[in-house]
Amino acid sequence: MSGAKTIRVDYMARVEGEASLLVKVKGGAVQDVKLKIFEPPRLFEALLRGRHYSEAPDITARICGICPVAYQMTSVHAIENALGVTIHPQVRLLRRLFYTGEWLESHALHIYMLHAPDFLGCHNVMEVAQKHPEVVAEALRLKKLGNRIVSTIGGREVHPVSVCVGGFYKVPTRADLLALREELKWALDVAAEKVRFVAGFEYPDFDQPYEFVALSHPDEYPFNEGRLVSNRGLDIEASEYEEHFVEKHVKHTHALHSQIRARGSYLTGPLARFNLNHEKLPAVAKQAAEAAGLRAPCLNPFRSLVVRAVEMVFAIEEALRVIDVYEPPPAPHLDLPRRGGAGFAITEAPRGINYNYYRFDDKGLIEIARIVPPTSQNQKQIEEDLAAFVPGLLELPQAELTHKCEQAVRNYDPCISCATHFLTVKVENVKEDAC
Amino acid sequence: MLIIGYGNLDRGDDAAGVLAALSLRNRGVPAISHSGDGLVLLDLWEAADVVVIDAVLGIEPGSVRVFDGGEIEAAAETFPSTHDFGLREAVGLGRALHRMPRRLTIYGIGGRQFDRGAAPSMEVLAAVDRLVEEISAKFLLAPDSACAVQTFRS
Repeated sequence: MSGAKTIRVDYMARVEGEASLLVKVKGGAVQDVKLKIFEPPRLFEALLRGRHYSEAPDITARICGICPVAYQMTSVHAIENALGVTIHPQVRLLRRLFYTGEWLESHALHIYMLHAPDFLGCHNVMEVAQKHPEVVAEALRLKKLGNRIVSTIGGREVHPVSVCVGGFYKVPTRADLLALREELKWALDVAAEKVRFVAGFEYPDFDQPYEFVALSHPDEYPFNEGRLVSNRGLDIEASEYEEHFVEKHVKHTHALHSQIRARGSYLTGPLARFNLNHEKLPAVAKQAAEAAGLRAPCLNPFRSLVVRAVEMVFAIEEALRVIDVYEPPPAPHLDLPRRGGAGFAITEAPRGINYNYYRFDDKGLIEIARIVPPTSQNQKQIEEDLAAFVPGLLELPQAELTHKCEQAVRNYDPCISCATHFLTVKVENVKEDAC
Repeated sequence: MLIIGYGNLDRGDDAAGVLAALSLRNRGVPAISHSGDGLVLLDLWEAADVVVIDAVLGIEPGSVRVFDGGEIEAAAETFPSTHDFGLREAVGLGRALHRMPRRLTIYGIGGRQFDRGAAPSMEVLAAVDRLVEEISAKFLLAPDSACAVQTFRS
């Protein structure tokens, strides 16, 4: 069975958005891998042009139903960078808390609902719930807690409405946040225990020589501030991003492929964040990682599932920290100067970095908006992973091989809707000359 | 009794449930709209008697059928979801985790097309009107009772 074969997934399941996968193999070698994102282009960057920058947080929140916070926050950071304003420290704290909510809901969804079925021999989360009802019940409760945090700060769970350039339209009271505390304390113990559960899955041996790219902050595990660094010497400000990275149109997909100009593909997301920032995790998250046998550098993308579980511990601990020190700021948002400008920002969405560039005129009308979402950044790396992963699996029955390929794509929790933006796979043997 | 209209206003006939809830509210019948994550239904339906209105595939467009939870779990392709987790998944998880309402009645409105940005079909809009009329009449007669299970076609 190691002759010519084609692995084709016409609609990939358990990913957000619509995509297909094609892997062509001939003589035991992978000839071609195409992750085709066929969800139509959504043209958000063009939609923003001509609109006032104050509309950007509400428009960009609509890019994604899973990580709207990352999209709207990156836009406000870039616009604030253009205006040269610095937000109040308590607003900054609230923004970190906002991120913890999004990471919790997104990671709980990915780990338990989308990816765990692959490792537990289940077709879907409903089968997982029959085998491990307590795990799914706790995962749903953790996800709900993330939703609660987002709606407490953002006004609603999905596509929050309270974010504005310079702060929030309305900020929560101290009592609003203290109301979250009891559930967060429950969540901290459960999330730490769940790291061991997830680490107990059987992971394929698949270490890869990645260039990891993540934000890095001197004191904090990164959400929304820091320099962009890699394990191969990259160390830049957001303003230098386009000097080092390029988005290329590739014929087979509607999403642009992002690459490092000098070296090509790279990996962004939980594995990169952990490998580059693990020292900055709070003690409780470090202990959970240690107890689960997770050490940096971790080069196996399948084990990003364990990293996500550790990041949930971090998010809960960080939420508790913020709540303990939060006092409402003197004003919910800044008074902004009336001027034009250009600004840059990078933040860490749950599945990787999101880069934004905005330029607007003196009236505040947007002239250029550039948004490079995490899945665009990871797409080339996903294809390279498959090219390296498939040759070792060619003796497997076609259905199993196809499933392994889907599982490998899901390592990236690709948010295909955001990248343009469903992944389906069908495997068939083909004649040599058909390749 | 809790009435939930489930769907997506921006996906053609998937708007049916949300439009039905809106129309019920306009007639003074309490109903909530829910779009997106089906897992949230598990939290929403912690009431004793729940009615869910949703668009369905596999029955004649513009017709309305009443389904029970068991039918939904078995009908993989009947309940389309614009997200990975829709009504079928909520019912499946609800049963596994013992988080089902005491009584669940599901009105499925047959849809024709679920394209992004598309408007709902005329026959679906007509079906929404008929269903709203029926549920309103029942609710106003006996606001605390669940809607009777009944099947009818256009």
